[in-house]
Amino acid sequence: MTSPLDVALYLLIFPGFLFLLLFGLFCEWLDRKVYARMQNRVGPPIFQPFADLVKLLGKEDIIPRNVDRVLFQYTPLIAFAAVMTPIFNIPIWSVKALFPLQGDLLITLYLLTIPTLALFVIGWSSVSLYPLVGGFRAATMLFGFEVPFILTCLSAGVIAGSWSISDITAHLALQPVGMLVLVPGFIIALLALEAKLERTPFDIPHAETEIVGGTLTEYSGKKLAVMHLVDDIGMVVGSSLLAAIFLGGFIFLDSSFVLYGTDITPWINFILYVAKSLIIVFVLTLVRTLFARLRIDQMLDFSWKYLAIGGLFQMFIAVMYVGSSVGGIP
Amino acid sequence: MKENIVIPVGPQHPSFKEPMRLDLSVDGEKVVSADIIVSFNHRGVEKATEARTYTQNLYLIERVCGICSHSHVNCFCQAVEEILGLEVPERAQYIRTFIGELERMQSHLFWFGVAGHMIGWDTFLMYTWKDRERVNDMLELTTGNRVHYALNTVGGVRRDIREEDMERLKRGLGFLEERTRYYMHVMTEEETFLKRTVGLGLLPTEMAKRLCAVGPTIRGSNVKFDVRADDPYAAYGDLDFSVVTSDTCDVWGRTYVKAGEVLQSIRMCNQILDELPGGEVRVKAPSRVPAGEAVTRYEAPRGELIYYVKSNGGNTPERIKIRSPTLANWLVMTEMLKGVYIADVPIVTDAIDPCLCCSGRVTITDHSRGERMVTTLDALRKRGMDRRGIS
Repeated sequence: MTSPLDVALYLLIFPGFLFLLLFGLFCEWLDRKVYARMQNRVGPPIFQPFADLVKLLGKEDIIPRNVDRVLFQYTPLIAFAAVMTPIFNIPIWSVKALFPLQGDLLITLYLLTIPTLALFVIGWSSVSLYPLVGGFRAATMLFGFEVPFILTCLSAGVIAGSWSISDITAHLALQPVGMLVLVPGFIIALLALEAKLERTPFDIPHAETEIVGGTLTEYSGKKLAVMHLVDDIGMVVGSSLLAAIFLGGFIFLDSSFVLYGTDITPWINFILYVAKSLIIVFVLTLVRTLFARLRIDQMLDFSWKYLAIGGLFQMFIAVMYVGSSVGGIP
Repeated sequence: MKENIVIPVGPQHPSFKEPMRLDLSVDGEKVVSADIIVSFNHRGVEKATEARTYTQNLYLIERVCGICSHSHVNCFCQAVEEILGLEVPERAQYIRTFIGELERMQSHLFWFGVAGHMIGWDTFLMYTWKDRERVNDMLELTTGNRVHYALNTVGGVRRDIREEDMERLKRGLGFLEERTRYYMHVMTEEETFLKRTVGLGLLPTEMAKRLCAVGPTIRGSNVKFDVRADDPYAAYGDLDFSVVTSDTCDVWGRTYVKAGEVLQSIRMCNQILDELPGGEVRVKAPSRVPAGEAVTRYEAPRGELIYYVKSNGGNTPERIKIRSPTLANWLVMTEMLKGVYIADVPIVTDAIDPCLCCSGRVTITDHSRGERMVTTLDALRKRGMDRRGIS
């Protein structure tokens, strides 16, 4: 049984708030730096995201006169909480997550949808033209990327025979062949995650040249800072989820490495986890660099014609793999 | 009858670099018609020229536009030289052409970047603008300035191209040619770029002719209209170049034409450097210009630029009238906007490469009452105060 002090440490320090904050800011820096280097620019120094956050926290926080004050003020916090929670269900230093549950894959998928819904609510409650259009676009896009994302993530569950992320990771660690079966799903999930995080070519809800600041046009100060953090932590949690599901095999079982009587496997696994997440962030940045923004109809077209069909195809091969003698449920 | 919703875009909006307003009537996501309101930034340049001598005007007119500063002053000089009957030395003509073509290159590269930004592709923006720096460096090398070159004067140019710079200019041109070919490749291959430009902002050939479009806009609609070829000025008569056109009549076609023109400009610049004639670069022009008038045409990067200069025999012009290319393209822009998605409005609007500072006008047309008037600054000020309730 974990003591209340331990729980507080988990929630606030590691892998909770503080770790996610620092890792999220680091990922934002990496994203911006790689993006800049690929565009022949110098890019920001490593403390820039942190400085931006502190600056925004100190800025005047304006609430427009006609907005729905409750929704306007508290939606960012709900999105923030929703996007942080899944980290406790994702394995980081061992094949087991901190608090594994039966069906935590479904809970994670659900919680990761909340930021998008929050954007819609923000757009609705802002009572302003640009946030409204941005919110509608965010909600419309949700129907495009959510289906392929869920289909591919669930395919991994089919292979492991469980809706628990920890079980999926444990299964893949024992039978790494499963990762090969999941390669198409990994690619689809990466693209869907790019859309989920609203990054180019899917940054339609905040297309600067069309609808100015998009959903967050009316936000300033602390609330804007929180929404930026939601983006950063969403990137970390999203890439951690993909790392646990699709790159789950690259993890060592407990007590694989013992040095002078101490089990150092958690440390090695933690380093592996950071490496896997950073690789995924790097790929997300590559996609952002390479393409122009799609129009909303083109985006939906793309998701339903290619991503969703690909997701179904992934599900099909996952079922075939499980049904064959190679990958029976252990 | 169903009422369409009118969405105001501007005067301050991230997709416009200068203030202008578009009132878009939309049916769902599609634009039904567009109304343009310009002149938020009228500077009264034409009036100001009447109070300055011809030499002072060179510096004022250079500042009509920041991107095509050479075009404006070159066009003005041609008009004054025509009234004076001055024969400009051949070397000066070549140097003017050289700078004009460099200016076209930097203007088009600038536009590629803006277009990339409009469709959310900032990588393209950063790439093209880095290469544009190279053109600006070449301009600085030859004229000493990067934006307002202050090169032209009535009767020739103020600076010569030095022999020792030839090598660096040649190298710069080679570099630009390689980069432009790469961009042409990117434009024809990159899927998301094609998705956002092909078939957009259609301007059929007939309509382009009827509404008198100019520059890359009309050439993108498959009309061979280029003052450099039709009515050669400066050294264009001696140079080999072809007029680039595209038959796709859309935003992509306009982009392609601009890329092709950059390549033609590089070709011309190379030829100029090879065949630069010797001799003087300027002849002395009198400060008083005899009574008379002249109209000159010039192919600016954005299209045909027209200057009308009237002299009454003094040392200041009596009237200067500027017809900038953007002014000629407003009409086709409203046509191009019909039927596009709201998300495509920025790129379609930008495809004519609008330069608002060149085209500020205060003619007020009131459709509902059918009247048309030209106002003065005082009247405008009074109207603004009345609106805000300030007495």
